[in-house]
Amino acid sequence: ILSLSLQAKMSRPMQARRLEGIDKNIWVEFVKLATTYSKVNLGQGFPDFPPPDFLKESFVRALSGENHMLHQYTRAFGHPPLVKILAQFFGKLLGQDLDPMTNVMVTVGAYQALFCCFQAFVDEDDEVIIIEPFFDCYEPMVKMAGGTPVFVPLRPKAPKDGRLMSSADWQLDPAELASKFSKRTKAIVLNSPNNPLGKVFSRGELELIADLCVKHDVLCISDEVYEWLVYDGKEHIRIASLQGMWDRTVTIGSAGKTFSATGWKVGWIVGPNRLLQHLRTVHQNSVYHCATVAQEAVAQGFQRELKLYGKPESYFIQLPKELQQKRDWLVQSLDAVGMKPIVPEGTYFLVADISEFKSDVPDVPNSEEPYDSRFAKWMVKNKGLAAIPLSAFYCGAHKNNYNHFIRFCFAKEEATLKAANDILQKWKQEKTSP
Amino acid sequence: MFFALRSFCHLGIRTYQLQTDLLSRSIKHSASATMAFRHKNTRRIEGLDSNVWVEFTKVAADPSIVNLGQGLPDISPPSYVKEELAKATAVDRLNQYTRGFGHPSLVKALSQVYERVCGRKIDPLTDILVTVGAYGSLFSAIQALIEEGDEVIIIEPFYDCYEPMVKMAGAKPVFIPLRCKNDGNSTCSADWALDPAELANKFNSKTKAIILNTPHNPTGKVFSREELQVIADLCIKHDTLCISDEVYEWMVYKGHKHIKIATLPGMWERTITIGSAGKTYSVTGWKLGWSIGPQNLIKHLQVVHQNTLYVCPTPLQEALAQAFCVDYKRMDDPGCYFYSLSRELESKRDRMARLLQEVGLNPVIPDGGYFMIVDVSTLNVDLSDVDEKEPYDYKFVKWMITSKKLSAIPLSAFCGPETKRQFEKYIRFCFIKKDSTLDAAEVILKNWNKQ
Repeated sequence: ILSLSLQAKMSRPMQARRLEGIDKNIWVEFVKLATTYSKVNLGQGFPDFPPPDFLKESFVRALSGENHMLHQYTRAFGHPPLVKILAQFFGKLLGQDLDPMTNVMVTVGAYQALFCCFQAFVDEDDEVIIIEPFFDCYEPMVKMAGGTPVFVPLRPKAPKDGRLMSSADWQLDPAELASKFSKRTKAIVLNSPNNPLGKVFSRGELELIADLCVKHDVLCISDEVYEWLVYDGKEHIRIASLQGMWDRTVTIGSAGKTFSATGWKVGWIVGPNRLLQHLRTVHQNSVYHCATVAQEAVAQGFQRELKLYGKPESYFIQLPKELQQKRDWLVQSLDAVGMKPIVPEGTYFLVADISEFKSDVPDVPNSEEPYDSRFAKWMVKNKGLAAIPLSAFYCGAHKNNYNHFIRFCFAKEEATLKAANDILQKWKQEKTSP
Repeated sequence: MFFALRSFCHLGIRTYQLQTDLLSRSIKHSASATMAFRHKNTRRIEGLDSNVWVEFTKVAADPSIVNLGQGLPDISPPSYVKEELAKATAVDRLNQYTRGFGHPSLVKALSQVYERVCGRKIDPLTDILVTVGAYGSLFSAIQALIEEGDEVIIIEPFYDCYEPMVKMAGAKPVFIPLRCKNDGNSTCSADWALDPAELANKFNSKTKAIILNTPHNPTGKVFSREELQVIADLCIKHDTLCISDEVYEWMVYKGHKHIKIATLPGMWERTITIGSAGKTYSVTGWKLGWSIGPQNLIKHLQVVHQNTLYVCPTPLQEALAQAFCVDYKRMDDPGCYFYSLSRELESKRDRMARLLQEVGLNPVIPDGGYFMIVDVSTLNVDLSDVDEKEPYDYKFVKWMITSKKLSAIPLSAFCGPETKRQFEKYIRFCFIKKDSTLDAAEVILKNWNKQ
C-alpha cells in the first residue's frame, strides 16, 4: 500500500513552461485585503452603483420571454442581434462598412478579447510594445504567448502655473517611442482612455503611434474599454480611423464598462476580417461560445443607445457627466488633504501622489516591495480606505520609478465618496494635531 | 522635394536617380499607408481554423430542418433555474465582478455536491475553478499542464475540441479507438471498448495526460469500474495525468452507474474532473463549467484562468449556486433534477432508438449521455456522384439535410486521421429534444423509404 501511494503522487513538474513568471496577480492579493479590511473601497475598478434600469429591464425581458432558447448556445462568434448592432454602431464611429459576421467578434469581457489577440498574433520572440503605466494583464499575456514585452513610459511634465497636474501632462517621448520599434516588433498595445492614469491620447499622439505602426508594419491592439468615459468635452479618437490603421488595428470594447455591468463579462473586438479570422480560431479553440442571455440584453442596450445617440438622455452622455462630477469631488477631497491628484481626462480612475503622507509609513530600505504597495496595504488596514498602488501597473524592473502614487476608482455612489472624504479629513487632522 | 531637385539638378544622371528614389519612397509611403498588416497568424493556431460546428450549425440553421445535430436541448430548463437568474440580476452588486476563480456561493455549493459524490473533502477555494463552460475547463487544464514535447492520449471517437486544444498547446495527440466487439454488430455502447494491450502500448515516458470522457460523447458509453481501473493503473505506472470530462455525469440510464476515476486509489492526485452547468441543468447558453482536483494541479489552472479571462459572469454563477442548493438538499430524493432529467431522457432515448430501428437501422443504444450513433451504410444511399472529397458520413448528413430535412452530425468529425475510414459510416443524433421535435423526426423517419 505504501509504495502505491508513493507511486500515486505526481513526481514530475506538472505545470507548462508558459506559466513561468505569470502566476502572481495583484488583484488576488488586493481584492482579498479590501474584502477583509476596507470600509470604503476605491480599489478595484467597478461601479458600486447599479447598471442603468433600461439594461436590467432588457435582461428581465430576455429571461421572462417565451423563448427559452436564450438559455442555450447561440452563435459562437457572437449572438446575431449583438454583432449586428455592434457592426452598425461602430461602423458609424469608425467610418467603415462593417459586416457583423466577419468584422465583429464577441468575447468574455475585454479581457478575453486581449487574450485572443495575443494568442493569435504573438509568437515566441515577437516583441510587443506596452506603454507604462499599463493595465496589468498585458504583460503576462504577452509572456504566456512567448513574446517579449518592451516597455515605454509616459513621462510626467510639471504642470504650469501651480495648477493641478492632469493626465495630459504624462506624455510619450517621440524619439524614445520610435527607438522601441525593431524588426521583431509585432504589435503595440494602446489603451486610451488609459487605465490607471486616465489619459486620453490626443490626435497628435495617436498619429505619432500610427506612423510608427505603418512604418514598421506593426499591429495595433487598441483597448478602448473606457471609450465613453471622457471629460471636459474631450474627444475619444479611435486609432483605427486614422490613415493606414484600419487594416492593422483590432479595437476592443466592453459592455462592463460601457453599461456599468462588469459582472456580465461581455466584450468585443472590431477589425478587418483578415485579422478577425485568426481571433475566431483562438476563440473557437478556447471558450467557443459566450453566454447568450447577457449578449441579448447588451444588444438591446445598444439598440436604445443607437436611437438616442448624441441626445442628452443617452447613457453615453449621462454617465460621463455623472462621473465627471464624481471625479471633481474626489479631486477636491484629495487636494484638500494634501494628496496631489493627477486630474484624469477619462476613465473612472484617478492617480494621486501620496508623498505628503509618507511619514505614516516609514521607508524600509532594501525592501523588495515597492513603497506604494506597502503604503496601500497600510492604508486599507489602518484607515479602511482601499486603493491600488501605481507600481502594480509597471513591469518588475520599473516598479520603483513612480512609487509614491496610488490609484483610486471614483465610479462610486455619492455616499461612498463622502465616506472616503471623511476618512481623508480625519487622517489629515490626526497628522496636524499634536 | 522641390528644394532637393533644385540643388541637385546640375548632377545630371544622379538627379534622375534621386528623383526616382524620392518618388518611389513617397509611393512606398502612401502604399504602405494603405497596406494591410502583412504578418500572418501564430504557429500555435496553424491548421486549427476549421471546425465541424461552424460548418454544420450554419447548414442546420434553417428552421424547417429537424435539428438532431448539435448537442443542445430544445427542452426548457427547470423553472426554478430560470427564476434564480432573474432574481440574481435584481441584486445590484451581483451585476459587478465577483471572485476570479469562482463566485463564493457557487464554489461552496459545488464542493458540497461533489464531496457527497466523491466521498472526500473538497476545498471550495483551492480545489475548484469555475470556467466558461466545460470547454473553458478543458482549455485551462490543457494550457496549464500540457506543452511541446508532451503526448496526450485521446480516445476515439472524441469530442472534437480535444485534438486542436492539445495541438494549440504544442503537444502531440496520440489516438486510440474504441473497438466494437461482436464483429461490428453493436447494439449498445458497452459493446465498444478499449483494447487493454493496445492502450498500454500508447503510454510512454512522454505521455503527459490521457483525456477520458465518461459518459462518452458520441457513443454514450459509460466506462465501467474495471475499464477505469485499467486506465488508472496505466496512469499511475507512467506518472500520467488524467483529464476527465464528465459533463454528462448525471445522464446515466438503468443498469449503469457513473464512476469518477478520481475516486479510484491513487487517482485524486493526478486527475482534473470537469463538469458542466449546461449539461447538468439544460442551460448550455450559460456557459459555466468547473474543474475539480487537488490544489497542486488546480492552482495551475487558476493561473491560466487569471491570464485568459479572469472571472466568469456573476449573475449566472449566483443563479447556478442557488439551483445547486435546491438539488443538493434533495440528492436522496428521486425528484432531484439530476435524476428526473435522466429518467426523462431515457424514454426519449428509447423512442429515438425505436424510430431508427423502424427504418431498418441498427442504432447503438447509449448507456449514458444524450447522443446516439447509428451505422447508416446499411441504407445503401449512393453518394458516389457527390464530388466532394469528404468522408461518407459528411456527404450523407449533407444529403439527409437537403433531401430529408433532418440533421445529424457525421462521426468522422470526432476521429483522428487514421480512424476516419472506420467511423465514416456512422452519424450521431442528439435526443435531448422536446416531444414535438421528436414527433417531426418520427414523420421523416417513417416516410424515409417512401421517397
